[in-house]
Amino acid sequence: MFIDYYKILGIDKTATPNEIKTAYRKLARKHHPDLHPNDINAKKNFQQINEANEVLSDPEKRKKYDQYGEDWKHADEFEHAKQYQEQTSNHGGASYSGEQFHGDFSDFFESLFGGAAGGGRRRQVKYRGEDYNAELHLNLTDTYKTHKQTLTVNGKNIRITIPAGIENGQTIKISGHGGPGINGGPDGDLYITFSIANHPKFKRLGNNLYTTVDLNLYTAVLGGEITMDTLDGKVKLKVKPETQNGSKIKLKGKGFPVYKNEGQFGDLYITYAIKIPTNLTNKQKALFTELSKL
Amino acid sequence: MIAINEFCTIHNVDISFINSLEQTGLIEVTTIKKAGFIDAGQLQQLEKFIRFYYELDINLEGIETITHLLQRIVSMQEEIRMLKNRLRLYETNE
Repeated sequence: MFIDYYKILGIDKTATPNEIKTAYRKLARKHHPDLHPNDINAKKNFQQINEANEVLSDPEKRKKYDQYGEDWKHADEFEHAKQYQEQTSNHGGASYSGEQFHGDFSDFFESLFGGAAGGGRRRQVKYRGEDYNAELHLNLTDTYKTHKQTLTVNGKNIRITIPAGIENGQTIKISGHGGPGINGGPDGDLYITFSIANHPKFKRLGNNLYTTVDLNLYTAVLGGEITMDTLDGKVKLKVKPETQNGSKIKLKGKGFPVYKNEGQFGDLYITYAIKIPTNLTNKQKALFTELSKL
Repeated sequence: MIAINEFCTIHNVDISFINSLEQTGLIEVTTIKKAGFIDAGQLQQLEKFIRFYYELDINLEGIETITHLLQRIVSMQEEIRMLKNRLRLYETNE
């Protein structure tokens, strides 16, 4: 797909090197990923701007782009036909890099210029490798106990420990599992954001769990004992006589494990939903009628 | 701990820039036997400051302001995450 670098930088085709530089700096300050924490689109936007500058700030590249822009797919053929020795030397214009933006160019750029160019950074220094971001989808029950899981990131298998109590949307850092360092710099980190699906029976808020338990009319009126499921197995509950619909009880320590505090748990809040019997027999109806007259 | 001299050599930055960051309270420097060191935990933040200064041409005052605003953004993002989780309590399961 053809990319209009002039449009990306918001400049005319007749723009001077100074105008290109100014436009680029303005956009770089606005879109630099360092200024947009946790925004996955920021890197993409910035790469486009960087790429546009990479081409337009370099006279040779700009010339080639202007010449073949729309016909970029045939640029190499034209070049061979003219027996033109492709220019591979470094170029001059300043280019912002940032730790995670080395070597990322669009297919368009690579087709036209044969891959990422070398120069452009103002300082040849060691940089940390690219930080990788990944999303891991889990069920609520998967996060109830600390467990190990193997992930495949960029073709590599990584075994990570998922601590019990991790929250939906929480991100953990796995040091050194990002992209390789540049010029001998340290490897980047891997950031895993957890997406935890809602559980059909239990809702979670922080370390507390919330659930609704159906209660038959007779147990609600007379009291009794019921058995219910928790994430930690079954528990027996004593139901007080004359329990009202919608009344709540708290089971201390039967909630969710507290993140990185082994042995500590939140509470489980139970709401009773009293079910009125249906399809009553004649005898039952008679008894209810009798009861209503007392 | 990372020696500041070594860090400056590797990153090709002026030591006075690190000193200025320390003076403005943006980083903490530990001095051991007259040599300055920074905690490895500050490395990522420090590299970010370098990019702001050398690559985006943002001065120290600008870096201070941006850092403050970025902290607010991150804490608001955390608050949004918590609020979204709270909202899930009232969402029906599809």
